[in-house]
Amino acid sequence: MQTFKGTKIVNGIAIGKIKVYKAPVYEISEELVSDIAAELERYEAARLKVQEDQNALYDKEMKAGHKDTAGIFEAHALMLDDDDTLNDPCKEIMAEGHTAEYAVRQAFDEAAQQFSEMEDEYFRARSADVIDLKNSMLDVLFGADTSSLQGTEPAILVAEDLAPSETVKLDKSLLLGLVTRQGSSNSHTAILARSMNWPTLIQCHDVADDWDGKFAILDGYNSCIYIEPEQDIIDKLTAKQKEDREKEAKLQELKGQPSVTKDGQKVRLYANIGGPKDIKAVLENDAEGVGLFRSEFVYLNSKEDPSEEAQFQAYKQVLEGLAPRLVVIRTCDIGADKTIDYMHLDKEENPALGFRAVRICLSRPDFFKRQLRALLRASAFGNLGIMFPMIISRWEVQECKKILEECKKELEAEGQKVGKYEIGIMIETPAAALCADELAEEVDFFSLGTNDLTQYTCAIDRQSANLERFSDTHHPALLRLIRETIEAGHRHNTWVGICGELGADPTLSEEFLKWGVDELSVNPKSILPLRERVRNMDLSKYKTEAPKAEAKPEIKAAEKPKGLFGRLFG
Amino acid sequence: MKEFTYVITDPVGIHARPAGLLVKEAKNFKSTATFIKGEKSAKATALMKLMGMGIKQGDEVLIRVEGEDEEACAAALEKFMKENF
Repeated sequence: MQTFKGTKIVNGIAIGKIKVYKAPVYEISEELVSDIAAELERYEAARLKVQEDQNALYDKEMKAGHKDTAGIFEAHALMLDDDDTLNDPCKEIMAEGHTAEYAVRQAFDEAAQQFSEMEDEYFRARSADVIDLKNSMLDVLFGADTSSLQGTEPAILVAEDLAPSETVKLDKSLLLGLVTRQGSSNSHTAILARSMNWPTLIQCHDVADDWDGKFAILDGYNSCIYIEPEQDIIDKLTAKQKEDREKEAKLQELKGQPSVTKDGQKVRLYANIGGPKDIKAVLENDAEGVGLFRSEFVYLNSKEDPSEEAQFQAYKQVLEGLAPRLVVIRTCDIGADKTIDYMHLDKEENPALGFRAVRICLSRPDFFKRQLRALLRASAFGNLGIMFPMIISRWEVQECKKILEECKKELEAEGQKVGKYEIGIMIETPAAALCADELAEEVDFFSLGTNDLTQYTCAIDRQSANLERFSDTHHPALLRLIRETIEAGHRHNTWVGICGELGADPTLSEEFLKWGVDELSVNPKSILPLRERVRNMDLSKYKTEAPKAEAKPEIKAAEKPKGLFGRLFG
Repeated sequence: MKEFTYVITDPVGIHARPAGLLVKEAKNFKSTATFIKGEKSAKATALMKLMGMGIKQGDEVLIRVEGEDEEACAAALEKFMKENF
């Protein structure tokens, strides 16, 4: 038995034979041939075959409901009709006596090069499409049967790396798990693996060709793969896999069930989403609403300041798709680590404490109003919450509300329909948490953004790896701020949710409910496990014991941090 | 020869998918349609050149149509632009 480590993307266990996936590397001859007509014919046949394949991928993705990826393949098929850039240059090269393979490599590489030099990011990314087509053309010309790359039986796929197009083409029913030598946790493949819930290991540097055909177990929990494992490991992990499957089946039964503790306390379990593409996940995981819709995607996916209309369409799609659920949309939160060229923001020494979110919006009211108008128009199509981020002072909230009211009046004067909506703010600065009583008088709801609240409370940059020893995501100061925010909200009939990563932290769920949190907003995949946890809780023991006017939360004095280094050296 | 100008309102500009449909539309006619923006130009049937022009939201393009069915072709393309870009 051999054991190899990697970086896991998805927990879970895959058991089966390994199939080593190797993209073919072709040797292309530069020698001239005499039968030019034959090469032209081969080229045309390959072109039609690839076009047919791309159209088939389009159909497949459309049927699967993946419109975005389907669009890529539709465009691929159309590109192959392009005489000016692809077909004519290829024919010219072949007319000089070169082979079809040689012509494809030269002409497609040149077209890809042109795209890669373009200013605009969208068009630059198209060079990958041309390379993808080049590889498909070469596969056909060389007669390589790429469908066999994956094999014909279910297997754990092992590869150097996988291009998006390769990942999409995989037959999911034959895929038990995935191991790659390269890849990053943000790559397309990793994202897909997460959404499909495949046990996946990346950066497994020991990947070797001779693994092919061997029996193996991929253990996502321990970030490793066992090649030809011993019987006791097989038994143990087979049992674990069975247990996982049963758990998953049990979670599915929780759909449609209320999120209520044994003693009858309810909590709303909402989802965090990034755009209309996540509607499906919200519904599939039975989220009761959306507690955080990051509106940044409309800004980040656009090369120019997005129009009111474009924003309206995106918001409307989500509100309509999820009605009658409440959908809380956070207004523009760019700045800090999310920068956008067209906003022309100055470089800052300390961007996390700089010009970001509502600070930009209040300084650029025209920009802000475009979003608010789009939100108000969308409010007629569902149940909307509008949430302002990075608030520290009451006047900021008042000014946001004033601008919102102006937009509403304008729209009504224009005869546009505006629906009902709730107004809320993110509590993600210690200032806001400590002034929660005053802020609660202004709004319908609070949402605790624990990621920023942690970094601002502890003065710990969340991106810095060197700080792990000092970082404590359960720091008592943070928990105290959360508890006091919940209590302050409730004194003013303002409901309070948590939308940061702590919301899904199973070790804190009971504490949050005990403090009376009204809503937890988590990644869609965490909804059902969290519901299960809630339904197993019994808070009655706290309710009978706890004296009403408890002055301070029961939080132990600062303990050693829980980071890795803290555990090793603490 | 027929000419018309059009200002792109689509947030992404002339991108792959609708550009492909535009090419299909243009191929229905015998006339040659050319897209012109500043010094750049591309035939409406040349998908990648057309995309390569990097036409974005807010850009004004001149579309010139020449050939035996130029009337019909220009009308069809103008309608197509309004509906898709």
